[in-house]
Amino acid sequence: MAFIEIEGAGKSYGGNVVLRDINLTIERGEFVAIVGYSGAGKTTLISMLAGLVTPDTGTVKMNGLEITDPGPDRSIVFQNYSLLPWMTVYENIHLAVDQVFPNWPAERKKQETEKYISMVKLTPARDKKPGELSGGMRQRVSVARALAIDPQVLLLDEPLSALDALTRATLQDEIERIWSENKKTVVLITNDADEGILLADRIIPLSAGPGATLGPSIAIDLPRPRDRKTINHDPRYKAVRNHVLDYLLTSGARQKTVINRKLILPDIEPEDLSMRVPGWHFGRRPVRRKEIKSESVEVPS
Amino acid sequence: MNKENQFKFDWVILPLLAAVTVIVLWAMVSSIQGVSLPSPLKTWEASKLYILEPFAKRGELDQGILRFTWYSLVLVVKGYALALIVGTPLGFLLGVSKLFTKSLDPLIQVLRPVSPLAWLPLGLILFQKSEPAAIFTIAICAMWPTVLNTAMGVRAIPQDYLNVARVLKLSRSRTLFKILIPAALPYMFTGFRLSLGIAWLVIVAAEMLTGAPGVGGFLWQEYNSLIYEHIILCILTIGIIGFVLDRLMSLVEQRFKTA
Ligand SMILES: Nc1ncnc2c1ncn2[C@@H]1O[C@H](COP(=O)(O)OP(=O)(O)OP(=O)(O)O)[C@@H](O)[C@H]1O
Ligand SMILES: [Mg+2]
Repeated sequence: MAFIEIEGAGKSYGGNVVLRDINLTIERGEFVAIVGYSGAGKTTLISMLAGLVTPDTGTVKMNGLEITDPGPDRSIVFQNYSLLPWMTVYENIHLAVDQVFPNWPAERKKQETEKYISMVKLTPARDKKPGELSGGMRQRVSVARALAIDPQVLLLDEPLSALDALTRATLQDEIERIWSENKKTVVLITNDADEGILLADRIIPLSAGPGATLGPSIAIDLPRPRDRKTINHDPRYKAVRNHVLDYLLTSGARQKTVINRKLILPDIEPEDLSMRVPGWHFGRRPVRRKEIKSESVEVPS
Repeated sequence: MNKENQFKFDWVILPLLAAVTVIVLWAMVSSIQGVSLPSPLKTWEASKLYILEPFAKRGELDQGILRFTWYSLVLVVKGYALALIVGTPLGFLLGVSKLFTKSLDPLIQVLRPVSPLAWLPLGLILFQKSEPAAIFTIAICAMWPTVLNTAMGVRAIPQDYLNVARVLKLSRSRTLFKILIPAALPYMFTGFRLSLGIAWLVIVAAEMLTGAPGVGGFLWQEYNSLIYEHIILCILTIGIIGFVLDRLMSLVEQRFKTA
């Protein structure tokens, strides 16, 4: 029996199908990345695992038991961090520790809270409120809070997409370190295939919505630790990357429709004074033949 | 003009000019024959004693202006406290429960616009005495901004904060104290401030009707004794105190806004 099992899960919001026919199994200790377009339904998918959203069809199970409620065994790092702005870094994490381990003596709760603050290197910012922190620092607080409750699964919803490339790289390394030290099961949602390939054991593309579904699960058998500077020369890396992107692009292309649009291009030819444009025109009317141009463009719907 | 001068001009000179203009207009109107509006000078002459000895007590109905104000404030605090004690939990209930909102909203919309002048007689019938009647009237009139703003604040709590509570499985009371109340606090304080303004309006009206000692009562009594200068003294006092109360509350409000 797999650790986490999603079978035939689907979710619609008021008639709009967001996810359909999602099947996914995850083993204990695995690091799985799910990569997909913006708005495809990634947050909806991870919220199902968290128990914050119940699927309309199908089942989501962990340890063979259906997930019906959220709970501290699956902690989630929300896309927008969701720190409580009226609490300091310490208080945000302490609240979680205090709630999940109510029987610990106060001293132990304090030590544990501080341990996780230092794990994400935020000890100097211990007594600051989230509003006084940078995006990357908030992100780290959010990760520390998620880890501090010692969950079985860590769900990361685009944890780094709001950050600049440099901070992103640092935090990617930190996530990998934390994962290899804690041996938790990790599900990482991302919109960056490279990030997924760098960090995960397996990467699964989510097709473009509406009605998004998971593509093939692609194993990444690159040795760890992975070095982002050399890794993209590895043929195995390229193969995985192409596989993922091919799937995403074709799944996106399926959804494309063709529309016609008319463009009026600027021109330096003299105007054709003999030309008559039929009908009424408001504003500037085209007065050269080649200004009227028709073209077909593909846009994702 | 440098910054400091600009500040002086905007905040000292302009308001002063406006005040002087109003006083001049007032003096002009009062000088018209057949108008019994006392002139600014006469008003000052007649009010001097009340202002310069603000806490004096010469008799039941002849006391320093701040002493009267103090009586009014004590009553306001009682009524206001009652308004908050009843209004805040009611606002929370409305905020968290659609059922409550649906059933109580029409009732609130009907009761809200009722004037204090209409509630006071009911209070007098219910309590027989003027002080509890005044407290009742203040509470029932001043409660609504607190109720509505608290409800709005609770409804406006981002789903993310509630998700945090759900993932951690916070108990109901912990969710209330750790999440709902802090998140709704800025809205609640806006409600508290508006409520205090109303409470101050109501107390003056209530005292005028019941003749209780206080600024409102003093005003009405001086009207009946034809000492019109004191009416103006009372109006200015009521305005200034109301303004000060509002400033104080908004200072508190600002403190919680940044949280
Ligand atoms: N509670 C909801 N009610 C109605 N529609 C919703 C709700 N939650 C999500 N949706 C819709 O479902 C679709 C997928 O949303 P979701 O947040 O899962 O996307 P996403 O892949 O996480 O996007 P992003 O990359 O921007 O985070 C969107 O079209 C969104 O409008
Ligand atoms: Mg999302």
